[in-house]
Amino acid sequence: MLQSFRLAIKSIWSNKMRSFLTMLGIIIGVAAVIILVSLVNAYMSYMTESFSSMGTNQITVNMMSVASRSVSVDEMYAFYEENTDSFDNMTPMVSVSSTIKSGNDSLTSTSVSGVSEDYLSIKDYDLSYGRNIQYADITGRHNICVVGAYVAEELYGGAEKAYGQKLKINGYAFTIVGIVEQQEDDMDEGGTDDFVWMPYSRAVKMARNANITNYTFTIIDLTDATSSKELIEDFLYEKFKDDDLYTVTAMSEMLDELNSMIAMVSAGLGGIAGISLLVAGVGVMNIMLVSVTERTREIGIRKALGAKRSVIMQQFVIEAAVTSSLGGIIGIILGSFATSAVGTLAGLSATPTPSAVIVSFSVSVGIGLLFGYMPASRAAKLNPIDALRSE
Amino acid sequence: MSDALIELKDIYKIYVMGSEEVRANDGITLTINRGEFVAIVGKSGSGKSTLMNIIGALDVPTSGSYLLGGEDVDQMSDDQLADIRNRMIGFIFQQYNLLPRSTLLENVELPLLYAKVPTEERRERAMRSLERVGLADKWKNYPKQLSGGQQQRVSIARALAGDPSLILADEPTGALDSRTSGEVLNFLKELNDEGNTIVMITHDSSIALRARRVVRIHDGKINFDGDVKEYAAIL
Repeated sequence: MLQSFRLAIKSIWSNKMRSFLTMLGIIIGVAAVIILVSLVNAYMSYMTESFSSMGTNQITVNMMSVASRSVSVDEMYAFYEENTDSFDNMTPMVSVSSTIKSGNDSLTSTSVSGVSEDYLSIKDYDLSYGRNIQYADITGRHNICVVGAYVAEELYGGAEKAYGQKLKINGYAFTIVGIVEQQEDDMDEGGTDDFVWMPYSRAVKMARNANITNYTFTIIDLTDATSSKELIEDFLYEKFKDDDLYTVTAMSEMLDELNSMIAMVSAGLGGIAGISLLVAGVGVMNIMLVSVTERTREIGIRKALGAKRSVIMQQFVIEAAVTSSLGGIIGIILGSFATSAVGTLAGLSATPTPSAVIVSFSVSVGIGLLFGYMPASRAAKLNPIDALRSE
Repeated sequence: MSDALIELKDIYKIYVMGSEEVRANDGITLTINRGEFVAIVGKSGSGKSTLMNIIGALDVPTSGSYLLGGEDVDQMSDDQLADIRNRMIGFIFQQYNLLPRSTLLENVELPLLYAKVPTEERRERAMRSLERVGLADKWKNYPKQLSGGQQQRVSIARALAGDPSLILADEPTGALDSRTSGEVLNFLKELNDEGNTIVMITHDSSIALRARRVVRIHDGKINFDGDVKEYAAIL
């Protein structure tokens, strides 16, 4: 066995150019599999991450505003109270389109929304200063607001300075009672930290719309996403009797869909790269057949001196396997470098996935064994007399 | 106890070429005892090569029985033949048949490798064998770096390494000039004097005269079998 490995390496080494060209097919195939699969995976985890930051435990409800049928905030709250074993938090969502002003400074892209006191925990944010919106603020429709770090920084120069200040929204003055911790490293206009929250009851009044049409729930158990979603749908169907009038979206379901889509793309690309590995395998077989023909005399000598079929077989199979696994190793190294290089260019943190490395390496060894088998068995079956006679 | 090493009985080897039947060996019966030095002589096409392939367990006869050291060779499978060749026969070929990409030592080790002799012992025995032919100092060299006579000595060393019962030499001097031919033949004689059984195949009667017994093949049949002196007399 060890002898066969030494022989294989010797034979590969003595035909450097040919061995390299044979390996090249495997190298390209393996590198292609690794690059494609790893980049797709990197993109997938990037997407998953950005989705997760939007909250995979959230279910959003969106209702049409029809005069005849509607669900009031109280009804929604009653539904939520009944199902607290499924739902963690719930908030109505009222968006207010408005420019906010403080003195002469104004911000135009800030998202202003009316929410409940649960919203802070739904977003899983913490306050850096002050207090959250409270139940009393909602019942009393107080002119207070909680602002994001960007708003505090831009208009007041920091969280502490912003606290207690007046903020003008649609001409109404709101008192800033709380400032949320900075979420992004680089705060930007229109970014995650550019928001104002006010009691939803106050926002409804401002929007001059009696009905609240958007709600956000958070679920307790992520694995229950589908059944929790159905729970809401059943409740809304009771009210609307028409499922065109509302949509319920579970973030985790979207994430699942996204994941399965990306997995499909990944498998497809990997498959295409895999075909190149198969072609490389045919190349290995071709070269091994040439090698057997070239070494007919050597095989004859070995057989005459007592080499059994299995010994000859082993020698050629191992040679094919060593050729293709050497190609595989070089391909892995090349693919890994290329992955990080392309990843850096694309702005993704791409590292070769262990599964891609393992799979492509074992496929290349397997191809060597598979496509080496036929030439090897041809060599093993050579008649020593004929083999010795060949030149 | 008759000390027969090779017992061939009614050996036929028939090749079918198209509609024609070629009887390469046409009923050969031959016994060779241990310690003999036999030359099998014949023109090309006489069937001597076919006979050598059968004696060398490289091929099996179409019919007839062949006992080598008491073992029934005529019905053996490919792998069994490989095994008996490895254990009992040391081959010396006309074209030396050394592996060009292996060193002399590796070449001589080859039969021991297939006999699964452990590395240390293999090395030792191969070196002793190379010493025997006076090429121990060149063990690291490759066959290409040697003269024809030296290469043939390496192939003799390889034949001896496995300590075989039979040394089978196929035209051992065919590729050599007369001086080195003489050396090789003297060496074979020396080996025979030490008790080795040697069968030498040749087309050249003058070379056959260096053996002790001569068997002449003609048209697939033995037409002379006797002492070398008798053979010299009929030439």
